[in-house]
Amino acid sequence: MLLAEGLRHRFGAVRALDDISFAVQPGQTLAVFGPNGAGKTTLLKVLAGLIQPQRGRAQVDGGRRAIGWIGHQPQLYAQLTIRENLRFWASLYDIPESEFALRKDDLLLRLGLQDHEHRRVSELSRGLVQRAAIARALIHDPRVLLLDEPFTGLDRMSAEELRELLSEEAAEGRAAVLVTHNVEEGAELATHIAFMRAGRFVHLAPRAGRGPAQVGEDYRNAIA
Amino acid sequence: MRSPRLLRHAWAVASKDLLVEFRSRTAILSAAVFVVLVLVVFNFGRDPTAVSNVDLAPSILWVTFTFAAILALNRAFQLELENQSLDGLLLAPIERSSIYLGKLIANLVFVGTIEVIGVPLLALFFNVPVLPYLVPLIALIALATVGFVAVGTLFSAMTVRTRFAELLLPVLLLPFMIPPLSWAVLATGRLLAGRPLSEIVGWLNMLAVYDIVFVTLAIFLFPATVNE
Repeated sequence: MLLAEGLRHRFGAVRALDDISFAVQPGQTLAVFGPNGAGKTTLLKVLAGLIQPQRGRAQVDGGRRAIGWIGHQPQLYAQLTIRENLRFWASLYDIPESEFALRKDDLLLRLGLQDHEHRRVSELSRGLVQRAAIARALIHDPRVLLLDEPFTGLDRMSAEELRELLSEEAAEGRAAVLVTHNVEEGAELATHIAFMRAGRFVHLAPRAGRGPAQVGEDYRNAIA
Repeated sequence: MRSPRLLRHAWAVASKDLLVEFRSRTAILSAAVFVVLVLVVFNFGRDPTAVSNVDLAPSILWVTFTFAAILALNRAFQLELENQSLDGLLLAPIERSSIYLGKLIANLVFVGTIEVIGVPLLALFFNVPVLPYLVPLIALIALATVGFVAVGTLFSAMTVRTRFAELLLPVLLLPFMIPPLSWAVLATGRLLAGRPLSEIVGWLNMLAVYDIVFVTLAIFLFPATVNE
């Protein structure tokens, strides 16, 4: 479903990716933890095809059409309503109007946004904006989710809701790669855990039932 | 087979930009106010006995349009950087040329709106006869505008991720605008002076060639300019 083989990439003298390899199957979520500047966002951009790696290859079954991106920036236009935003992104994925209406209604219901469909994004709280961003990322029914620090700026309750939503998406068989510097917020979602430092994976293994506190301790030991 | 899809995606991008601009009125208002202010300032700052209105008006018109257009062009890709929407556009399974074409269409509407405001004001302030030459004047303005907006849209994409985007855009763009601007000024002068249309056909042809060359080049170069 999602494969990375020997990815290497430099920005000048900075080694952003150094021999990164892994595979994520349907239903699996790989959480990549690392400090700022470890190369996490570069990794996601390479997986998405936004950056061509200097060596190695990244492959997503279904190509760009199969990818949904959720970041801490919502990729929504503040002056447009949620519906207008979703319609715009759906049109780029060639989703016909009838299919769009069904998917939009389903997503808005699941995300608790049905009463906000005609509100402009600029009028929404941070938590609602992040839900709208998830609706945008899922409007074309992607099989792979790339999650770039999705919890940034969310309060505890909104972060918990987001975790539940993402768990539901994984349960539907989507593969996901989540990158974050916050172990406590991301560990519960993961089926596999990687720790990243200076462009390298210093740890990559199944989570094997370890809780956020244990993963946090593993992380501190590995990164220190 | 690919053209209808490309145009459909381009129209989606353009109509989204126009709706955002219609709601926010950020670029169009500032550019329109700029046009009015420049024409007012030139109206009061000129000596009507030194240079005739017909000789002065074409230069003022095109300098005003140029700088007003740069205000609008600066905004074109800035919108996509806010909330990282540019990454979303690049990730979508569309040809990158369709993003450029969409931005070009939206920018042409912006700049066209500014020109619709500017031409009557020029006629009013400088007392130059516009109505008798309206059709060729519209054709001339349209041809010149397509050329410099095509180049400006490309440079707007190139500079948007730089630290001094608002400074870099005019620095890069103005040299490329010299040919169409000079042809447009000369042709406008002839028109307003009541010269026969045959005198401006050569400039119109050159503007058309400029448009074809630079729109084509920009469509091919755009995908490379937005790669990280």
